Amino acid sequence: MTIAVTKSRVEDKLYQNRYLVDSGRPHIKVRPHERPSANLLALTHVCPAKCYELNDEGQVEITADGCMECGTCRILCETSGEIEWNYPRGGFGVLFKFG
Amino acid sequence: MIEENFDAIVVGAGMSGNAAAYTMASHGLKVLQLERGEYPGSKNVQGAIMYANMLEKIIPDFRDDAPLERHLVEQRLWVMDDTSHTGIHYRSDDFNEAKPNRYTIIRAQFDKWFSRKVREAGATVLCETTVTELIRDAKDRVVGVRTDRAGGAIYANVVVLAEGVCGLLGTRAGLRQMPKPQTVALAVKEMHFLPEEVIEQRFGVKGDEGCVIEAVGTTSRSMAGLGFLYTNKESISLGIGCLVSDFAAMVESPYVLLDALKSHPSIRPLIAGSEVKEYSAHLIPEGGYKAIPQLFGDGWVVVGDAAQLNNAIHREGSNLAMTSGRIAAEAIIEVNSRNAPMTKRNLALYKAMLDKSFVVKDLKKYKDMPALLHTNSCNYFTTYPRLMSQAAQNFMRVDGTPKIEKEKATTAAFIKARSRWGLVSDAVRLALAWR
Ligand SMILES: Cc1cc2nc3c(=O)[nH]c(=O)nc-3n(C[C@H](O)[C@H](O)[C@H](O)COP(=O)(O)OP(=O)(O)OC[C@H]3O[C@@H](n4cnc5c(N)ncnc54)[C@H](O)[C@@H]3O)c2cc1C
Ligand code: SF4
Repeated sequence: MTIAVTKSRVEDKLYQNRYLVDSGRPHIKVRPHERPSANLLALTHVCPAKCYELNDEGQVEITADGCMECGTCRILCETSGEIEWNYPRGGFGVLFKFG
Repeated sequence: MIEENFDAIVVGAGMSGNAAAYTMASHGLKVLQLERGEYPGSKNVQGAIMYANMLEKIIPDFRDDAPLERHLVEQRLWVMDDTSHTGIHYRSDDFNEAKPNRYTIIRAQFDKWFSRKVREAGATVLCETTVTELIRDAKDRVVGVRTDRAGGAIYANVVVLAEGVCGLLGTRAGLRQMPKPQTVALAVKEMHFLPEEVIEQRFGVKGDEGCVIEAVGTTSRSMAGLGFLYTNKESISLGIGCLVSDFAAMVESPYVLLDALKSHPSIRPLIAGSEVKEYSAHLIPEGGYKAIPQLFGDGWVVVGDAAQLNNAIHREGSNLAMTSGRIAAEAIIEVNSRNAPMTKRNLALYKAMLDKSFVVKDLKKYKDMPALLHTNSCNYFTTYPRLMSQAAQNFMRVDGTPKIEKEKATTAAFIKARSRWGLVSDAVRLALAWR
């Protein structure tokens, strides 16, 4: 059997999508931290747009430009206060053509 | 921006919000509907199968102009392991009826159409407007909303929260809790475009006929999850979803699962040569009956996904959303017609009506399923699919082994994997939860 071994490139997937980015006003923020919790660390894999990434210091950072506003990270990390989550301003963010 | 006072404000222009706004506006109520997307549908994701009966109850002649893709004549339920699928297929020419029962749709297009109907019914619809806060009076009654547009507060007798699964407003206002990671699934989906004739050939359908596949098994890597493949006119919707708690515990990536599904030998030929035009992600409420929150209060009701009204076992959501939106609207119309205030007491009518509908009855039937599938996901989503494939292959492969030995081998494989007691208890627990 030939299961494709190519690494999933989420960037290629997001490239298909339309966004209206609200420059300078990210709708999700990660609170500064020393060590991320297990859930915050998991987001580096679980976020479907791969918005969360681990930096060289071992902390989790977010670039929300490709965010599809699914809310998964809010469910996992808002209660603990590790992230601050809001919808983008009206009209901004992802624009699904099909959905 | 808007100085007037409305009979009702509807937050959200998805399935439930459109059903509510349409029903109220067509009964002469003064309705304002607010939607954060550039156009209705621009934030919404669905498979998407749409169930005609529930829309008919709102817009009886919807077939005249609604953007429908294909009506379903065939449904396939697949149990997959890494190289195979075992399936039950049901196809019937009876589904080629004058008023078909189920259609595939494309949400962005469908929501635009539905919103046009809402406007034609007389409601004011404002897009690109995120509602940021519920306004309450001194007695804690909800009396209106604030938005991110200049102009401040807008007031109404009642606010219908049709804000979808994330439910930011209601959860922040303390009307209900935020969904738990084990009560919501994260689904990702791609739109694969192919010529109409290719879809017809590959799925053996003609004209507007359509076919859908629902798949469980090792494709969800031991997590509680489901894959789906739905045929549209000129595209295929392909996706997979699993519980958020499982994704977090297993540290899996949804797009990796999706790519594995795409390359599965049973799926790959069906989408070969397609052009992918969109990748989307969305949550699905899966907590069932036990996750339904408080549905009404002084000056507010909550409908659709925001109220967790979703039947994950049957993959029904949009119909529960439309029905709860319509019923909430009917309750509001009734209270309004008596010139009575929109108090918690009066709005309890909504819940009483909803309890009598299929929405709550169905969710009640499966009230124990979410917990069962969540705690037992490895068995139901990996062990049994593998065993089923082995059993089927053992049955079909002709290799000179006497049949009696083949049967013994199959039985032994089941017992080895789950023990006699495990098999019985899995079956009993599943039967009890299904009852
Ligand atoms: C991948 C996937 C496949 C599915 N497949 C099926 C299927 O085949 N059949 C089926 O019946 N169901 C299916 N469902 C479920 C179905 O999509 C939902 O149940 C349905 O969309 C719920 O409708 P709703 O109106 O409650 O919420 P939504 O359709 O999510 O609408 C909520 C609306 O509110 C808006 N909104 C939210 N907050 C604010 C705010 N603060 N201010 C302004 N606007 C706001 C949003 O932009 C959105 O337009 C599927 C879901 C997913 C994710
Ligand atoms: S909302 Fe969804 S897509 Fe956006 S950052 Fe969070 S997990 Fe990622």
